[in-house]
Amino acid sequence: MTEIVSSSSPAFVRPAAARRDIGIKRRYAAERRFRAYGMAAIMTGLFFLFVLLWTVLSNGYTAFQQTTITLPIEFAEKVIDPKNERATNPSKLMTANYPLLVRDALVKALGIDPKNRPLVKKATDMVSASARTQLRDIVVANPSVIGTTVNVPLLAEGNIDSANKGQIDLKVEESKRKVNDQQIGWMKTLTDSGALTKDFNTGIFTFGASSRPEAAGIGVAALGSLYMMLIVLALALPIGVAASIYLEEFAPKNRLTDLIEVNINNLAAVPSIVYGLLGLSIFINFAGMPRSAALVGGLVLTLMTLPTIIIATRAALKAVPPSIRSAALGLGASKMQTIFHHVLPLAMPGVLTGTIIGLAHALGETAPLLLIGMVAFVVDFPGSPMEPSTALPVQIYMWANEAERAFVERTSGAIIILLIFLVVMNLGAILLRRRFERRW
Amino acid sequence: MKALKLTVAALVASAAFAGVAIARDQIQVAGSSTVLPYAKIVAETFGETFPDFKTPIVESGGTGGGLKEFCKGVGPETIDIANASRKIKDSELETCKAAGVTEIQEVKIGYDGIVFATDAGNAELKLVPKDLYLALAAEIVVDGKLVANPYKKWSEVNKDLPDVEIAAYIPGEKHGTREVFEEKILAEGCKEAGAKDVIKGLIADEKAAAKACVAVRKDGLAVDIDGDYTETLARIASNKNGIGVFGLAFFENNADKLKVATVNGIVPSVETIASGEYPVSRPLFFYVKKAHLGVIPGLKEYVEFFLDDQMIGPDSPLAAYGLVSAPDAEREEGRKAFDAGNML
Repeated sequence: MTEIVSSSSPAFVRPAAARRDIGIKRRYAAERRFRAYGMAAIMTGLFFLFVLLWTVLSNGYTAFQQTTITLPIEFAEKVIDPKNERATNPSKLMTANYPLLVRDALVKALGIDPKNRPLVKKATDMVSASARTQLRDIVVANPSVIGTTVNVPLLAEGNIDSANKGQIDLKVEESKRKVNDQQIGWMKTLTDSGALTKDFNTGIFTFGASSRPEAAGIGVAALGSLYMMLIVLALALPIGVAASIYLEEFAPKNRLTDLIEVNINNLAAVPSIVYGLLGLSIFINFAGMPRSAALVGGLVLTLMTLPTIIIATRAALKAVPPSIRSAALGLGASKMQTIFHHVLPLAMPGVLTGTIIGLAHALGETAPLLLIGMVAFVVDFPGSPMEPSTALPVQIYMWANEAERAFVERTSGAIIILLIFLVVMNLGAILLRRRFERRW
Repeated sequence: MKALKLTVAALVASAAFAGVAIARDQIQVAGSSTVLPYAKIVAETFGETFPDFKTPIVESGGTGGGLKEFCKGVGPETIDIANASRKIKDSELETCKAAGVTEIQEVKIGYDGIVFATDAGNAELKLVPKDLYLALAAEIVVDGKLVANPYKKWSEVNKDLPDVEIAAYIPGEKHGTREVFEEKILAEGCKEAGAKDVIKGLIADEKAAAKACVAVRKDGLAVDIDGDYTETLARIASNKNGIGVFGLAFFENNADKLKVATVNGIVPSVETIASGEYPVSRPLFFYVKKAHLGVIPGLKEYVEFFLDDQMIGPDSPLAAYGLVSAPDAEREEGRKAFDAGNML
């Protein structure tokens, strides 16, 4: 009975269940899953970036402030030049007892008995030992200051600076911290009288290395990095571009050029310390160049950056459509003219991006500099790339290993400065690409 | 004519290169990261006190690395001074001699204390070498046999110690500090625990027996720190029960975050280390090339300045940073030995 009914129904009406399964649900689910993975990957990346930036910024922003104690310094002639011999013996002004001037001013400002030596010592400990050079420089630059009283902003000692910024826990026992109660009392007195202030720390940009945190800055390191970047730019860009143009446009395709290509790609992945070893044995031990010099550092970083630039340039040259070359050749241009008038200008954004990324990479390198003596304590500014200097990331590394509390914030401060440099360089690369990029 | 031009060019070029090699008016120092902060203070003050000389360059890179550079040879392209947190080894002296560095003057600058510290929130720890040895040795003696260290908690080693898991952050093997730790703590503790004689009975070879005494457990309870003390400090901040090994100077700069442990009942301080009561300390040195004295401007003055009481005396900036001054007579002797030109 039922069979007859079913057979009488029209042939094209199929039962609903028989609909062909094309896995729509499964495929949508797969897509949703993939999107979720992607989002998770990006969120993880962003999370770590955020944590990094947060720790660096929250630790480091205080490094751009420095506590100073402004004292009326009496440049007494009886202290600086008691026998009045500066006209005949100019070195007298270099070796005078300047800390005594600071001591006298402090004793007066705080109202301490100058004969109470332990108390006076506690007071003078609040001012950086670099006050000696600071006052000396004032007097040497302008000897007529002798005999007058001038308000001089002196750097506060590193621990006082840290305490003023609330980085030293003042609740722990007095003997366990570097700032004693007496000094904290004086700090309050000086703050109330307006002598102790927190100012913008220009020193972190202009000073060289120092064992005293308050007098330490990235000046020498930044100059050293600048020298090295100029050397890398001047050497790696022309050599890299010339090599890639030859390899891409002129060189025959054979075993040898294949081998060279493989080698260049390999060199780009060689650990950077290897370039440091190379630099030590060739530039210093063989060619006799000076240790710790930015020149050697620049040469080593050039070698390290070359493969990056060559690979980027070759990719940029490859991306120029063959029609451009054919058209130029068809109009009678020589091969040289084709390359330099048409292909290279079109490839330039890619070349420059590669160069800037290579430079940014070189700017952040420390490992190759270790072996050529640039991981060093350098106080004097280098007058030329031949003189000893250090580099920005090296300064960060050196400060990170310091024991004093005040170096903690300076380490992060230096990282912020380096990050700003890198961001500016990478932004430059993006802008160049935007500005000159052409699409076909 | 063309040949003449070429020769002139070549001469100019070689003169330029030679000029590079000869002209050095700045002292170059390299070596131990323990001595580095002291050398930096002296270098900076030297530059300020002697305006005629440039401030010396001080590289870090460890005692071994510094001595390796030092032993490369004599001449302006090699360093003048190597800082060391231990005495120069015979093998290093031989390398030096082979490269022509035959005249080396050894200068002792003072002593460095090595302290054990935990997080500031913990109760005070009283350590003795024996407990440290039992807690950290790779193998200890039980019933006359060497067995893998079974202790997991300090309280199992000694009832008076806290009931927490053993976690010790000790200097890695490339550090000079490690040698002192092995010699003054582990070897000593090995003897005190009575394990030394047993080990000697089990292992015939004397060197291997001594090594077994100072071998540190590798099961994760003792962690080698290859970085600097800042890394140890970070480890202790994240594991409040951990015990770290620090230099006295580093500890004093972070005394608000750390609680120092006594060793044999003695609190480490400049005084107890100078008097020899506190057992874990070591001398710090630097080595000078005699051939460079008088050639590199300021080198002699730098060494004399370093040895002066205003730098390494009891009231000096180095002592304020944490260097333990040598006794008066020893400092005087060091100055005399340098002036006399005594060599190794």
